[in-house]
Amino acid sequence: MSEPNIILEAKGLSRHYQVSRGFFQGHATVKALNNVSFQLQAGKTLAVVGESGCGKSTLARQLTLIEEPTAGELNIAGVAIAKADAAALKALRPKVQMVFQNPFASLNPRKQVGAMLAEPLQLNTTLSASEREQRVREMLQIVGLRPEHYHRYPHMFSGGQRQRIAIARAMMLKPAVLVADEPTSALDVSIQAQILNLFMDLQDELGTAYVFVSHNLAVVEHIADDVMVMYFGSTVEYGAKETIFQQPLHPYTKALMSATPAIRQEDRRAKIKLTGELPSPLNPPTGCAFNTRCPHANERCRSEVPVLRPLANRMIACHHIETIPQ
Amino acid sequence: MSTPSNLTAADQAANAAALSYPSPLKEFWQSFSANRGALIALIFFAALVLAAILAGVLAPHSPTEQYREHLLTPPAWVQGGSLQFLLGTDELGRDILSRLMHGARLSLMIGVVSVVLSMLPGIVLGLLAAFYPTWLGNGIMRAMDIMLALPSLLLAVAVVAVLGPGLVNTMLAIAIVSLPSYVRLARASAMTELNKDYVVASQLAGAGKLRLMFNTVLPNCMAPLIVQGTLGFSSAILDAAALGFLGLGAQPPLPEWGTMLASARDYIDSAWWVVTMPGLTILFTVIALNLLGDGLRDALDPKLKKLA
Repeated sequence: MSEPNIILEAKGLSRHYQVSRGFFQGHATVKALNNVSFQLQAGKTLAVVGESGCGKSTLARQLTLIEEPTAGELNIAGVAIAKADAAALKALRPKVQMVFQNPFASLNPRKQVGAMLAEPLQLNTTLSASEREQRVREMLQIVGLRPEHYHRYPHMFSGGQRQRIAIARAMMLKPAVLVADEPTSALDVSIQAQILNLFMDLQDELGTAYVFVSHNLAVVEHIADDVMVMYFGSTVEYGAKETIFQQPLHPYTKALMSATPAIRQEDRRAKIKLTGELPSPLNPPTGCAFNTRCPHANERCRSEVPVLRPLANRMIACHHIETIPQ
Repeated sequence: MSTPSNLTAADQAANAAALSYPSPLKEFWQSFSANRGALIALIFFAALVLAAILAGVLAPHSPTEQYREHLLTPPAWVQGGSLQFLLGTDELGRDILSRLMHGARLSLMIGVVSVVLSMLPGIVLGLLAAFYPTWLGNGIMRAMDIMLALPSLLLAVAVVAVLGPGLVNTMLAIAIVSLPSYVRLARASAMTELNKDYVVASQLAGAGKLRLMFNTVLPNCMAPLIVQGTLGFSSAILDAAALGFLGLGAQPPLPEWGTMLASARDYIDSAWWVVTMPGLTILFTVIALNLLGDGLRDALDPKLKKLA
C-alpha cells in the first residue's frame, strides 16, 4: 500500500486527556484515541465508523490540527506534523478543512454568508475584495445556493442549506483533505442524500480526500472507499469498503452491520444483540476493550490486548477470527 | 446536487442588482425604528444631548446666579410660582431649569466617560481571561473577585481618596468600580461562544488569536455588554451623585444632577420641587437609556431582524 499520492497518513496516532477527578484525587488519563493508523489517497474517502464515544471526533480534532496528538505521527501532503515548525504548520492549516455535525452551531450567527465564505480567502490569499467576492459567488453556485444568499445571515437558512454553506466554507481554499464529522446526522433523510451527493460531486471536481466520520452505515456504504471501524479509541477492523461490507469479520463490526435496518426481507441480516454499553474510559477493561460485550470473549481476551494484524485483505484486531464460526 | 455552472458573470451581476439589499446602516435604522419605545427614548435622549450642548444659549439664567429675593420659588404652574423660573428655584435662589440643563453636560459626560473607561478594558480583560483560562484568566478573575469583595462605593471612595477629589477622578473611580461586571460578563459570554463550532471553523480558516477574539467571538458577546453599558451609564450618574454628596465628586457650585439631589434633601417636606426635578430628570434619563439599550441590542442582533 505505498501509493505515490498518499495525502494523509497517520501512524500510531494517540490522544490521551488528563481528567481531574476532584480536589485530592489527582488526575486520571482518558485514552480517547489509541494507536490509530491509516493512509488516505487524494480523491478517496475513508469512513470512520463506530458508536458514540469511540473516539471518532477526537480523531477528527487531531487530523484538523486543532489539537496535538499525544503520540504518533501524522503526515499531511508529505509534511510530518511533529517535525514541522510554526510557519510550516500555518501553511498546512488551509490544507485540512472540516465540516461539522451541527450546522446550527458551525456558522457564525453575526456574519453574512458572503463574509463568512470570504474569510478563508482573506486570511490565506492575497486576492482583492472583488476577486474574493467573485470566488465566493462561484462557490455558492457550486454548492447549489442562490446568488441572493450572499448577503443573508445563517439563521435565515434551513439545516440543509446551512450545511451547504459549511461545505462551501470548507471548500473555499480547495483543501487536500476534508474532515467531515457526521455531516448528515443532524439533517432530514431527504436532505441527507442531497448533501452526500454534493460531497461526492465536489470530490470528483476537486480531487479532495475525505475523512468521513459517521455512525450511519448506509451513508458509509454510499460514500466510502475504505472503512475503519473503531471501538473505544482503537481500530478494530480496517479495509476496503467492499471487503468489510461483504464479509465483516470482527465481532463488533458484525454487530454494527446487523444493526443497520433494511427494508427488504432478503437484505436483512440476523440481528446480533450486544448487551451493555461502552466501558467507562476512566476504568478501561483489561485485554481486548470489547471483551465486556463480545459473545466470543474468553480468558485470553480478558488478559491480552489483540494487535491489529493483516488477515483476509484487511487489518483486524481480534484473537479469535480464525476460530469463531463465520 | 450541484447546479451546473452555466450562469455567466453578467447573469450573476443582474441577479445581484435585482436582489440588492439595503445598506447596513439603513437596515439597522429600519429595525431600530420599528421599536417604538426605543424611538421615543432616542428622541428624549437627543433632546437631552441638545439641551446639554446648547445650555449656554437655551438656559434662561446662569446656573450659579443666586436670586436672593426668589428663594424656593415653586414651579410656574403651582400657586406662587412665576414664569421667570419655569421649574422653580432652589434654596439659594438658583433657577432649577438652568441648573438641570447645565447639569446634563456634566452628568452625560460622567456617564459616557466612565462607561467607556470601564467597558473597553473590561472587554479586553474578559476576552483574555476566556482565551487563556489557566494562568492569565485565573489571575484576572481573582483580581476582579477582590474588587467585587469590597463594597463598590467604599472602593470608589478609596480610589478618590488616593487620587484626590474632583470630577475627573470621580469618573476614573466609577470606571474602576464597575470594571469587574464587564470583565465577568465578557468572559462568561466569550466562554460560551468559544465552545461553538464556528470558532473552530474560523481557526481552521487561519484566524489568529486576535482575530478570533475581536472579529469572531466579540460580536456574538455584544448583546449583554450593550445592555450592561446602558445600565452602567445610569448607575454611573447615580454613583457620581453619591460621591458628590460625600464631597468627593463634583464640587458644589457645579450644577451636577446628583449633587443637586443630595443638597436639596433637607427641603423635601417644604419644597418638593427642589428634589423632584433633578430626581425626575435622572429617572427619565435612566429609563430612556435602558430603552435605548434594548432597542440597540435588538437592532444589532441579526436573529431578530425582519428580513425575507
